[in-house]
Amino acid sequence: MTSTPEKTSGAQPDVELVQVTIDGIEVSVPKDTLVIRAAEQVGVQIPRFCDHPLLEPVGACRQCLVDVPDAGNGRGFPKPQASCTLPVAPGMVVNTQATSEVADKAQQGVMEFLLVNHPLDCPVCDKGGECPLQNQAMSNGRGESRFTASGGVKRTFPKPINLSPQVLLDRERCIVCQRCTRFADEIAGDPFIALVERGAQQQIGIAESAPFLSYFSGNTIQICPVGALTSESYRFRSRPFDLVSTPSVAEHDACGSAIRVDHRRGKVMRRLAGNDPEVNEEWITDKDRFAFTYAGLEDRLGYPQVRDRVEDGGDGSLRPASWPEAFAVAARGLAAAGATAVLTGGRMSTEDAYAYAKLARVSLGTNDIDFRARPHSTEEERFLAAHVALGTPGSGAVTYADLESAATVVLAGLEPEDEAGAVFLRLRRAARHGTRVLAVAPYLSRGLGKLSAHLVPTAPGAEAAALAAMVEHAEHGVDATTVVLVGERLATSPGALGAAAELAARTGARLAWVPRRAGDRGAVEAGCLPTLLPGGRPVADAAARVDAAASWGVASLPETPGRDADAIVAALLAGEVGGLVVGGVDPADTPDPAATRAALAAASFVVALDLRETEVTRVADVVFPVAAAVEKAGTFVNWEGRARAFEAVLPSPSALPDLRVLAGISEELAALGRGAALGFRTVDEVRAEMADLGAWDGERPALETTGAATGQPAGEGVALSTWKQMIDDGAMQAGDKHLAATARPAVARLSPATYAAAALSGASVTVVGDRGELTLPVEQVPGMVDDVVWVPSASFGTSVLERLASPGSRVSLKGASL
Amino acid sequence: MVDTLTPVLTANWGAERSWTLASYEQHGGYAGLRTALGMAPDDVIAAVKDSGLRGRGGAGFPTGMKWGFIPQDNPKPKYLVVNADESEPGTCKDIPLMMASPHTLVEGVIISSYAIRANKAFIYIRGEVLHVIRRVQAAVAEAYAAGHLGTDIHGSGYDLDVVVHAGAGAYICGEETALLEGLEGRRGQPRLRPPFPAVAGLYASPTVINNVESIASVPSIVANGADWFASMGTEKSKGFGIFSLSGHVTRPGQYEAPLGITLRELIDLAGGMRAGHELKFWTPGGSSTPLLTAEHLDLPLDFEGMAEAGTMLGTRALQLFDETTCVVRAVLRWTEFYKHESCGKCTPCREGTWWLVQTLARLEKGEGREEDLDLLLDQCDNILGRSFCALGDGATSPISSSIKFFRDEYLAHLAHGGCPFDPAASTVFATAGAQA
Repeated sequence: MTSTPEKTSGAQPDVELVQVTIDGIEVSVPKDTLVIRAAEQVGVQIPRFCDHPLLEPVGACRQCLVDVPDAGNGRGFPKPQASCTLPVAPGMVVNTQATSEVADKAQQGVMEFLLVNHPLDCPVCDKGGECPLQNQAMSNGRGESRFTASGGVKRTFPKPINLSPQVLLDRERCIVCQRCTRFADEIAGDPFIALVERGAQQQIGIAESAPFLSYFSGNTIQICPVGALTSESYRFRSRPFDLVSTPSVAEHDACGSAIRVDHRRGKVMRRLAGNDPEVNEEWITDKDRFAFTYAGLEDRLGYPQVRDRVEDGGDGSLRPASWPEAFAVAARGLAAAGATAVLTGGRMSTEDAYAYAKLARVSLGTNDIDFRARPHSTEEERFLAAHVALGTPGSGAVTYADLESAATVVLAGLEPEDEAGAVFLRLRRAARHGTRVLAVAPYLSRGLGKLSAHLVPTAPGAEAAALAAMVEHAEHGVDATTVVLVGERLATSPGALGAAAELAARTGARLAWVPRRAGDRGAVEAGCLPTLLPGGRPVADAAARVDAAASWGVASLPETPGRDADAIVAALLAGEVGGLVVGGVDPADTPDPAATRAALAAASFVVALDLRETEVTRVADVVFPVAAAVEKAGTFVNWEGRARAFEAVLPSPSALPDLRVLAGISEELAALGRGAALGFRTVDEVRAEMADLGAWDGERPALETTGAATGQPAGEGVALSTWKQMIDDGAMQAGDKHLAATARPAVARLSPATYAAAALSGASVTVVGDRGELTLPVEQVPGMVDDVVWVPSASFGTSVLERLASPGSRVSLKGASL
Repeated sequence: MVDTLTPVLTANWGAERSWTLASYEQHGGYAGLRTALGMAPDDVIAAVKDSGLRGRGGAGFPTGMKWGFIPQDNPKPKYLVVNADESEPGTCKDIPLMMASPHTLVEGVIISSYAIRANKAFIYIRGEVLHVIRRVQAAVAEAYAAGHLGTDIHGSGYDLDVVVHAGAGAYICGEETALLEGLEGRRGQPRLRPPFPAVAGLYASPTVINNVESIASVPSIVANGADWFASMGTEKSKGFGIFSLSGHVTRPGQYEAPLGITLRELIDLAGGMRAGHELKFWTPGGSSTPLLTAEHLDLPLDFEGMAEAGTMLGTRALQLFDETTCVVRAVLRWTEFYKHESCGKCTPCREGTWWLVQTLARLEKGEGREEDLDLLLDQCDNILGRSFCALGDGATSPISSSIKFFRDEYLAHLAHGGCPFDPAASTVFATAGAQA
């Protein structure tokens, strides 16, 4: 059902209450409440189909008719009224099906009509068992069909048609409530499905050349009150009553979206949006919904492996090993390797990240740890320490609700539709209600267009200047009612994060960092940075080190601030660091994939923790299979700083959470006299220890800004703008070909002037960078900043960093034919 | 009896090339416009209010009051939209008016727009009547050329542009909010109200939507005065209207008469029923209004008189059927129309009309059972007042009223095992003396 959820927190401004009588019960509800919601307050569920609390009222299905003997003015409505479109009025009297024969008969009549042309193929319908039509036909309909009894002939359609590669429509089942079309239009802003034809032939349709390609299309399946919309991934796979549902949190971005995982006999069958009014409301991205098959692929690691090293007399290959042996081999190897560094990707749960952070400090005696498996900077590290760490919704950090109440939202280095779906949807709603969105970006993308964003045309590298110019730019009107959202990509633009902080400081605007990956924000809190210990404790602060050391029961912690990921790679190549613990890092994501690979080869001993076989596990000396998000409990801290804990959905007999693996290694290391054991083995123990350690309450490092923006980057060629599209070659999207088919094609975008200046002619362009070249279809974007080319980061088989150019470098263009 | 006619709108229809500007002006056309431009807009509204003119599109809402609802402090532009999507079975008054004297409408549009302070007006004409669209387009072009339209009309400082818009063939677009959707380029389906068009209509701006005949009546009110208009008709249904007689009548056509005239008088004016036949049933205002029988011949044809008889004056589309007509067959044809024209937005109308046709079709073929009549009435009860707009309500009118008056005829189909009538007997090409 779609009853209105209650908001659990958040400031409720004083609202005017209205007293109404529903089924003889007096109830006070906020002004403008719809009767259908007011009735929920007295415990009456009025049947409904087209009504949805997050969509505009439409009054189409007429299922929610009620009798209104007094509209509040002493006069009643002569006819039953649709309670989903009728706001309460003081003194209004409403009689629902519970007390009014008129309302009950009206509802029964509409239900009977709805079933006239419905196929009643419930026994083979995916929705059967969780179908609002089925359920409400039982509660508010008649047992026998007079239509069938009187020899009625149903309208039929050929069975399902594709609305997109993923979403199918069975038109016979559709009751044309318009929930899907309203979602697509109002919420997602992708109105590629619409009503066509009329009368009983009315149906949902797409234009011939425009399938329903939306990053949020799966939500229509979930809100469909019948079995008309199904996904290629799930249709005919299972029955709802065979599924076990477990609430969880999506692991694909930093939004912290609530999801529901439905599984059967140890296998995830589908995922649905959870309902969290504070975070994702009832919507999730298609990636969150459909990308879960990666955890069950053939190449999933099933047992620990150790390498029989040639120098030890082996043949140099990996062989299966027991967990205890692998722990011992890993510990011996790391102990022998000397200086050891830790690289974690951005996908760790906070508890796992904490285990890596603690392992580095207490077992390996180093601050050489970095979670940023992507282009990063020292400025970013300082920014995270000064402006991001320890922020939580309770302590004044920006929240989703703040996006809605902000007068202006500035986006810099962030393309919300691709990089943070739930943020995009919330911004879209904000924009529809008057929030102005300013986008510091090279062009007005389709996603920004859906936010009615005002473009502040900015070439990559020039973000600092653009943000600095906003401080006193009257037209932009950035002030205390503004929220500034910066993306992780801003790290690649020198001075930009500092300029964003400066902008916030000088205007009173509020600032938030929106990373891409689910584990990024938690890794900051957990101390997976060379200059930050867990709980936002600065490494450079002796008191902070003592605080952490005391809590951990060790004498001291390493004092030297560590190396960041780039420096770790360099140190491995230089032989300054020998050992490496690496978890969930794809070299192709790193700033210099070739250097990362060389560093892995140069390392004297590599311990890899991963889900599936990767190029890292192939060269590692010890490989540990670790649990996927679905197989372990954990917490993702979303971009707001909100802790989003989840429990294990499925048991994993062949994998352990990272923290358990690290605990095993640390215990063996301690036995060898290297450091202290981590002192925990379970997620609960880590949670308790993290709570015990708490947040740093001492002085926070300040971000020293250079003050002067660096200005336009110069050089030959054109600037390269790039980010990852939501659906691309990401490792965690593997295994669902239907989802992959909804990905946006890889194109190169540039302005018409740039196109002309490069003397291009055809429909393709070859972009040449210092690491190679890439030929893509070209799309000219009017209004785009000149001398910039945009390409997706990972939509053509490998990454831009791998195949095209180094971060911040410039590229050149030449004609091509595909 | 002939003096009961009050030709005003139809007065010039017989003139040579009556649709031209020259002919219209020769008969005193555009005099009302000059009078109106000399008045304050509010005075024009007051005159229409005082005249008692009620909407001629069927619902009978007081036109002046509708104009008064336009919030003049709203900074958005105001629009006048003329509903010329005449599609109701039996209704045939706006289309002849626009064919015969399009300038009457254009003049009315200008005066009405001036009154509500609209600088843009739209005439939404049913798409199937291309000849009418062309004629109104030509009239608008003539009016522009003569300075009746455009900027600073006759030195008054008032500007008005008129757009003639062709519909795309949907009965539902006669529903005013569906018409607005269609005009905005969207799918023609009725809108949720509130907001009402007077507050947020076309392009979310204050909008007056009036029927062709309502607007066409305005110039005569301005030219002759509200009292002149109010002197005609009945106490609450003032003025004159075009009564369209069709069906089994000797001289079908448009008869302009004061509201409150009776059908008996109108049939007399039309030369009586088809020779040798008697009136069996009739609709007062198109197929959406519950039908009446010969016993209602002397009821006043005004809003109140028809409401008292349990029906509606509607569009004064008097469809007359003599005793050769099978009422079941007629009702089924109408119901098929509603099924075809249901827009699909709401369940009762979309699914209900689908089912009604099947039930009626079986009855006509004599395949049903007596209980099916109760089923039909229950289906109608579940549609009437439950659908999103009045289309669904209208679909039930012929069924429930015909069962009320002709239940025995329905039952005769069952007893006879099919329709007991000779369908050819009701046609115009029926041989003389054909018997039912």
